[in-house]
Amino acid sequence: MTVSPKLPEVKLSLEQSGAAPRDTKCTHWDCFDIYRCGRTGHERIAVYVYPLRKYIDENGNPLVQSISREFYVILRTIVNSKYYTTNPKEACIFIPSIDILNEERIWANFTSRALSQLPFWSGGQNHLLFNLVAGRAPNYLPVVQLDVGNAMLAGADFDSHTFRYNYDIALPLYSPVAKLGQVQNTNFRRKWKVMSSQLNIDPYYLDALQTLRTAYPNQMLLLDACHPHLYANRCDIIDVFRGERRGQFVLLEAMAANCIPVIVMDGRVMPFEHVIDWNRVAIFIMESHVSSLMDVLKDISDKRINQMRESLKFLYEKYFSSLDKIVLTTLDVIQDRVYPHRAKTYDEWNLLPKEINTNPLFYPSTAVRSVGFTAVILTYDRIQSLFTLIERLAKVPSLMKIVVVWNNQIKNPPPLSEFPKISKPINVIKTKANKLSNRFYPYREIETEAILHIDDDIVMLTSDEIEFGFEVWREFPDRIVGFPSRTHVFDNVTNSWKYESEWLNEISMVLTGAAFLHKYWSHLYSTALPENIRQLVDQNMNCEDIAMNFLVANITNKPPIKVTPRKKFKCPECTNTEMLSADKGHLESRSHCVDEFSKIFGRMPLKSVEFRADPVLFKDPFPEKLKRFNNIGSL
Amino acid sequence: MQAKKRYFLIFVVAFLTIWNFGGYQLRHKPTTPFDIEQLSSYVNLDSINTGYTIGKDRHLLQTDARVHCRMETCFDFSKCEKDFKVYVYPQEESNVPSPSYQKLLNILLESRYYTSDPKEACLFVLSIDTLDRDKLSNDYVKSMQTKIQRLPYWNEGMNHIIFNLYSGTWPNYTENNLDFDYGKAILAKASMSEDHIRPGFDISIPLFHKIHPEKGGDPGSNSANSYPLEKTYLLAFKGKRYVHGIGSDTRNSLYHLHNQKDIIMVTTCRHGKSWKEMKDERCDEDNKEYDRYDYETLLQNSTFCLVPRGRRLGSFRFLEALQAGCIPVLLSNGWSLPFSDVIDWNKAVVWADERLLLQVPHTIRSIKPSKILQLRQQTQVLWDRYFSSIEKIVYTTLEIIRDKLPKKQKRDGLIWNSFPGALVTLPTFSDSMQDFPFHVESYKNGFTAVIYCQLGITFSTTSALFKLVSYLGKSKYVLKILIVWSNEKRPPNRSRWPNLPIHIPLHIIESGSGIDSKSSISQRFYPHKEITTDAVLSLDEDTVLTTEEIDFAFIVWKQFPDRIVGYPGRSHYWDDSKSTWGYTSKWTNDYSIVLTGAAFYHRYYNYLYTEWLSPLLHKTVEQSQNCEDILMNFLVSHVTRRPPIKVTQRKQYKEQPSAGSWSPWNDPDHFIQRQTCLNTFAAVFGYMPLLRSNLRLDPVLFKDSVSYKRKKYRKIESVGS
Repeated sequence: MTVSPKLPEVKLSLEQSGAAPRDTKCTHWDCFDIYRCGRTGHERIAVYVYPLRKYIDENGNPLVQSISREFYVILRTIVNSKYYTTNPKEACIFIPSIDILNEERIWANFTSRALSQLPFWSGGQNHLLFNLVAGRAPNYLPVVQLDVGNAMLAGADFDSHTFRYNYDIALPLYSPVAKLGQVQNTNFRRKWKVMSSQLNIDPYYLDALQTLRTAYPNQMLLLDACHPHLYANRCDIIDVFRGERRGQFVLLEAMAANCIPVIVMDGRVMPFEHVIDWNRVAIFIMESHVSSLMDVLKDISDKRINQMRESLKFLYEKYFSSLDKIVLTTLDVIQDRVYPHRAKTYDEWNLLPKEINTNPLFYPSTAVRSVGFTAVILTYDRIQSLFTLIERLAKVPSLMKIVVVWNNQIKNPPPLSEFPKISKPINVIKTKANKLSNRFYPYREIETEAILHIDDDIVMLTSDEIEFGFEVWREFPDRIVGFPSRTHVFDNVTNSWKYESEWLNEISMVLTGAAFLHKYWSHLYSTALPENIRQLVDQNMNCEDIAMNFLVANITNKPPIKVTPRKKFKCPECTNTEMLSADKGHLESRSHCVDEFSKIFGRMPLKSVEFRADPVLFKDPFPEKLKRFNNIGSL
Repeated sequence: MQAKKRYFLIFVVAFLTIWNFGGYQLRHKPTTPFDIEQLSSYVNLDSINTGYTIGKDRHLLQTDARVHCRMETCFDFSKCEKDFKVYVYPQEESNVPSPSYQKLLNILLESRYYTSDPKEACLFVLSIDTLDRDKLSNDYVKSMQTKIQRLPYWNEGMNHIIFNLYSGTWPNYTENNLDFDYGKAILAKASMSEDHIRPGFDISIPLFHKIHPEKGGDPGSNSANSYPLEKTYLLAFKGKRYVHGIGSDTRNSLYHLHNQKDIIMVTTCRHGKSWKEMKDERCDEDNKEYDRYDYETLLQNSTFCLVPRGRRLGSFRFLEALQAGCIPVLLSNGWSLPFSDVIDWNKAVVWADERLLLQVPHTIRSIKPSKILQLRQQTQVLWDRYFSSIEKIVYTTLEIIRDKLPKKQKRDGLIWNSFPGALVTLPTFSDSMQDFPFHVESYKNGFTAVIYCQLGITFSTTSALFKLVSYLGKSKYVLKILIVWSNEKRPPNRSRWPNLPIHIPLHIIESGSGIDSKSSISQRFYPHKEITTDAVLSLDEDTVLTTEEIDFAFIVWKQFPDRIVGYPGRSHYWDDSKSTWGYTSKWTNDYSIVLTGAAFYHRYYNYLYTEWLSPLLHKTVEQSQNCEDILMNFLVSHVTRRPPIKVTQRKQYKEQPSAGSWSPWNDPDHFIQRQTCLNTFAAVFGYMPLLRSNLRLDPVLFKDSVSYKRKKYRKIESVGS
């Protein structure tokens, strides 16, 4: 029982001055020294943890409580986190290694003095203190009675009057036993609908609950002192009342057991409520409305209960399932506060991955006609056909510019003077390698949102068809809108996905040999296409169009749109053709692409539809010259 | 006592344990210096939670109500148990409110929230103008305190909402100085700070201009989603600066950022009467630079717009930037942004810090193009859903309060922050997102056909209604047929209807029976409880539609569950000569309406139609016994901001009436009436929500010269126009 010689000692006495009283008016804008942050050169808060000290009096008796297991874990988590710094000079946040987790365990006089002795204390500025249990009998004030100056408090007992919004951080009361009740499967119905397991409920509410139990004996379970802490598999919903403090173990325990908490606690501040939307996972009832508990719950649909439980599991595992996570979330909240322009959004904090709308073009609107589109033609050496196409495109009213992507590395493109004279600008871009992906590069020369990707030999599309295609794209600017359509089918024999170029009643891909796409997709293709797909495309000189369909469908979850009947493109005399050639090998390699891509994406994102878009008066017995798009070809 | 003893023991044990483990250099020693298991827990589970004394705490909440108001302590929920109604005090002739406040009152009086009976009311709104509480202002109402005291239901302000744009006055502009005691009233106030807003109680609203429209409102002006966004300017600001006094520091320093290239920061001190006396050494230079730039041009041609605080925290600039799709960069420390209880502003603005002014350029240059694309679109979503008119601002305020009431379902942040937004997503319809037509990708179920029988055409095996029901019976997807019988005749006997497969029930709802007291035309879109599928196929009794057409339209609808998908396309157009909206059923190259005589839509729209539309709109439909189908199109386009979808060729969807017989469809008055409706609806909505489409959707092989055998939808081709 010898005192460890390794822990440096600091002598304290009552003659020294303690920290100033807690400033109840503090906000991030006036008590937090923002200039201490950002000295590291990266936009991440740097957190310094003071070394452990032993605080003693003249006679060597300890004056400050030694650290608890939980506090040790908190410090360890911070030290192992990406935020940690060993250099106090570059630190933005300071963590005193003085355990004040539980107010009942501290001697406020000496602890405050210990704090003020810290070498970088300066009134507590930028210091963060963790305090899970605040208040003492008989008052149980919701904030720790300790002079901490301007330090921020991360605590579990705040009420809305003592909590300094956007300064303090509300934590859950960490329960060392919550984990024991954790459940994995959320898809089953529990025996009890509602349960109350707290032993410390105010007699007033207990009466109300008992009345309710009498009214709903089969739905409600009231646990007493004989049956504590056995949640798992027992309830859908659990009550959380306040006792003398607002922090209640039952909250985390309920979450661990995937029971939806019913919060009956006026003036509470929910853990991390600034970023976590508790309406998604909890039910709130005012203290004066306790007797309406079952009425409220009755109105909640089973669907809703299931969704809440799913979200609850997700949030619990992400932010609450261990003390480490609680601590890291605390630091994340401060990080977002110090660097607000990098702060996570509501969606990033709260939504399940499947709920997040990943569509980068989410504002529903019809794109402006007057901006027009840019035609991007990938060409190698078919000059004649290229020139014919350019002449045809020039007649399309909404065309703004033509960008010719010259992929031939041996020959130079003909000088612009030899190009057809048209009224729209033509840019020729020489590529550095003959790659199919070049067609999707987001060239600076493309100034419109809409790009018409078109092969140099697709010369049969009429001006009306192309203009109409653009009209359709304007109404669906987040989709691939174009002419050559294909489908994917599952081949039960080979147990793999197959590419299908037959004319079927459905389509799930529109090939980029003649299709409108938003420029964003070119950017995405060039920067975010999985690397193994890019390699597959560049090595085989094939499937770049299929890759684009996968990329767009995977993000938007929407099918492409096929426009007008046109189905034959390169070879009008053949009856049914694949574009480059009809040979079997080509089809097989494209089937291979479809199957490979689905494996790389981990799912089959393509969606099939049974419709195409036609002009409103298509094939109607109506004077052709009154139709806006009358020259719509067949097949 | 027991507990204390136990604690003491734990303490002792803890000490002893710790003394035994010395190492503490946390990171540098890979092995755990402390044996965690040997450390004591911070809390003793058995002893910490005993006792139940909450009485004292309660007492504490009662003191100084004005500062400490929370919904639990300063709001009488019992008034809101039945319905969420708003009472507006009668206007006194001697008190003429400012135009803005008058608009606000008009909105409430016309809204579905309004009640003229104070006993029914959950919320109370003053008819005395409280928008401008700056003593130096023209609109300032004197002796407010006395006027408040005279209000018969004031009750210390309980359940009252005070709308306010300006508080305090020169020189301090004290935020919570409204020059009267608002007590327990909820403040819906502009320029609120985190310091003064009573959490969960007050509501921060945006500062809006005198010319802010009452209803409708202009759409956002960000019409293109260019990527990457390349605007002339990266960041712009043009505005006043104050030289001295509160809030002047920030704006006075802005010139440091001005680089005359992509960051334009121009200020002027030339405002107020005595600017010359107050001016500082920079004023003349600043003024010169200021005159070189046009405010509107900057707004439209800049990616980011600086929104610095003025005398107060909020400024008009905030809404202006939002509308322009110019991403606001906030320089207003401590401002509690409008509706921040429910709106996640991180998705639409960039927060800067007044203390770090010089870092602003660096900060915004580091924002990626893809993030800019998101931020910009979100400015438009928020502008369009919550800010573009005073009506939206007021409704949003009320809906935020509604979400706080007990026993009411609450909308979560996902609904508030994504299209189509909370104002049109009614939690009273369902508590599950899956029941709404938004954010859902696939539907597995079939549909319910609802046939509206208004004419009472003689029923026989050759009548259109009989044929329609038989064709419906052959659909692969129909699950139920509902006849809404709303004419003087008796509906035909069960035995006279066509034989239907056993799994397709046929219900007849007679108007006047059941829910009734409602006029017959409102029965058409009533959310009848018999409709249990998401998809509703709405039909008239004389609609002609084949089974194949029904099935094809349904599979198209499943891809667009938020829209009206059907056959009869119609158009609206602006008639310049008469300065009115025109309505046409002629064949045109585009359409903006799909009539509900043969169309699919989501059943949620029945609920919105019945519960959400303004009483004025219902009145128009009931008085004319017409136009309900046009109104449904207004509603859906307003919610989705997308046009309806027409499928295949069919245009003639009615049985041609035999020569000489009367039908509303060949009555010219009927047509004129519809034109009038169109204009009334546009006036009540405050804008024309209908949108045009240039395309229709056909089966993939429609009228292609390939073998019929290949085609899934063959018969549809012989239907023609």
